Amino acid sequence: MTLAVKQTPIASAAALAVLTAGHRRKSIIAVSALVGFCLLLMLLSLGAGAFAIAPGRVADILFAKLGFGPADLLDSREALVVLNIRMPRLLLGALVGAALAISGALMQGLFRNPLADPGLVGVSAGAGLAAAATIVLGDRFFLSAFAMKLPFAMLPFGAFFGGLVSTLALYLIATRQGRTSVATMLLAGVALGALAGSLTGLLAFISDDRQLRDLTFWSLGSLGGASWTKLSVVAPIVLPLLFAVPLLVRGLNALMLGEAEAYHLGVPVQRIKALAILLVALAVGASVASAGVIGFVGIVVPHLIRLSIGPDHRLLLPLSAVGGAALLVGADIVARLVVVPAELPIGIVTAFIGAPFFLWLLLRRGRIAEL
Amino acid sequence: MLMHDLSSSVPNPLAGLKAKRLGRELAAAIGLSALAALGFAGDLRSGSFIATAQAQTTGRIVAAGGIVTEVLYALGLQDKIVGVDTTSQWPPEAQKEKKSVGYVRALSAEGVLSLKPSQIIAVEGAGPPDALALLKESGTPITMIPEALTPEAVVAKIAAIGKAAGAAEPAQQLAATVKTRFDELDRLRTGLPKQKRVLFVLSLQNGRTMVGGRNSTADAIIALAGGINAASAVEGFKPMTDEAIITAAPDVVLMMRFSSAHNATPDELFVMPAFSQTPAAKQKSLIRMDGLYLLGFGPRTPNAARDLMAELYPEAKVTQLSAAK
Repeated sequence: MTLAVKQTPIASAAALAVLTAGHRRKSIIAVSALVGFCLLLMLLSLGAGAFAIAPGRVADILFAKLGFGPADLLDSREALVVLNIRMPRLLLGALVGAALAISGALMQGLFRNPLADPGLVGVSAGAGLAAAATIVLGDRFFLSAFAMKLPFAMLPFGAFFGGLVSTLALYLIATRQGRTSVATMLLAGVALGALAGSLTGLLAFISDDRQLRDLTFWSLGSLGGASWTKLSVVAPIVLPLLFAVPLLVRGLNALMLGEAEAYHLGVPVQRIKALAILLVALAVGASVASAGVIGFVGIVVPHLIRLSIGPDHRLLLPLSAVGGAALLVGADIVARLVVVPAELPIGIVTAFIGAPFFLWLLLRRGRIAEL
Repeated sequence: MLMHDLSSSVPNPLAGLKAKRLGRELAAAIGLSALAALGFAGDLRSGSFIATAQAQTTGRIVAAGGIVTEVLYALGLQDKIVGVDTTSQWPPEAQKEKKSVGYVRALSAEGVLSLKPSQIIAVEGAGPPDALALLKESGTPITMIPEALTPEAVVAKIAAIGKAAGAAEPAQQLAATVKTRFDELDRLRTGLPKQKRVLFVLSLQNGRTMVGGRNSTADAIIALAGGINAASAVEGFKPMTDEAIITAAPDVVLMMRFSSAHNATPDELFVMPAFSQTPAAKQKSLIRMDGLYLLGFGPRTPNAARDLMAELYPEAKVTQLSAAK
């Protein structure tokens, strides 16, 4: 675990970040290309799917929804597909992708470790354990009136709660006298992750075939369950992370120099750490709860962005959000088109793209240290 | 257009169709983005696009769950099926002839709707709930078929599936036939000699034995065939230790017949330490049956139970109904 605490001189020039004219032009091109690409994918996502709808008709439905067309159009099955299946799905995908990627970038900046991702702070492990518990034990123990009425809400609620609790536990373990040690947190995260993994394995052992299937599919992630209701619950939890980005940028850039150095530069290091971890726990918890475990977005996207525009968090964080949204929306298009009318779990698609990239990243670790 | 040219040169017509379809999807999506981006969509709104919609379709059933498909085929309603799930393994042609909507518990709302179903018949436990909610919202009637492993439940399931598919009368007949066979099985069971202890072995991975405990389909079929489940101390399908297998003392080992060549022969099985000490090893009594036939709990179940009974108690001279497989 040497990489956990290794303080690489992560491009101190960039930390002080003076953008040259050439640098700025390159950045503008990168930003507009990525934003354009993301928008294109979003339009594609609305237009493509198992249910064949002419592009003109999709536009008709959208216009009708906005009040510029015959309202009876909105009663059709096509309108249902566009407005109540594809639209919330697209927005949930974009939101979850942005949240995961931004969380990855934040964690990597905070831990000064290129391999850090939201999983490290225990959110995924805790959420996974709680979800497994809901799936396997839900039928036996939680048959309260609430659960009977809202069986569909149990799993996301459990996952979100589990993620939050484990992150909080980790934070408390790593904090002594108001100071959070990132090294302790990283190591404790590994330990808690292993513990949660073993308990999840125990639950898998006592589960029946059906629960085991549910567990497997949940751990592969899917945007299939997207609905406006779900979105209205998830968005308020995830959006604060996206809006807090400007608050964190300066601190994270200073942190690249090292924790003590940042502190002496006048950065409220402890406050930044606490805020970032809380926001990540909330956003990732909500993402995992609504779409299951979707791997590699948090680790792949920030690295891609860093490789193309450098480590300055002013661009890295917002562009990671756009890139994450693009990756997930794009992966979802693939997930629901390759085996129509069935669909692949999205985690399979993102990991299929992510895992080889991750290996390539490991093979080039020398290059990463330079960053 | 490149996509189109490629597809026409592909020898397999199905692959061509798929590519063509993908091409159409892509064209549609790119077209949409272009339209929206240029803001011309409003001008194209009038006329032809709108007319294509809601052709009311009837007799388009999506079957989610192996038993639903099996019963619909048994009733000769296969032409009404437009989509089946991946658990619909019987009859085998179902997977070849019909579109697959994926695993029964991981259905895609849009995928199912794309088949324009007039009716969805699903087994209890089909899902996820979000997808089912969206399907209900679309106005497609959904019939849920309860799951259970008793003869009465199998008969009731057949009747319910038939009724949902608009074939209540023939389904009643099929249900009655199945019930008669179950009753016959009851009579046969009373005439059996000393009950045998049967151990159902689902898999033998890395020397780890996965057995069928109580409340499993294996447990239910063993009971129907007049045997005693030797693994009733275990719940569901679980790994069992070698010592527990020796203690369970099965007279017969029951396994599924796999299509691959990796079947353990009785000789191989009964030299394994766990099995060599069991009563079953003395006679090398290993029974293999087709997994779906044995554990499907559909119309073929009384026959499967009867076949198993015949193999368990050769001295009882139960006639096999293998022709009905």
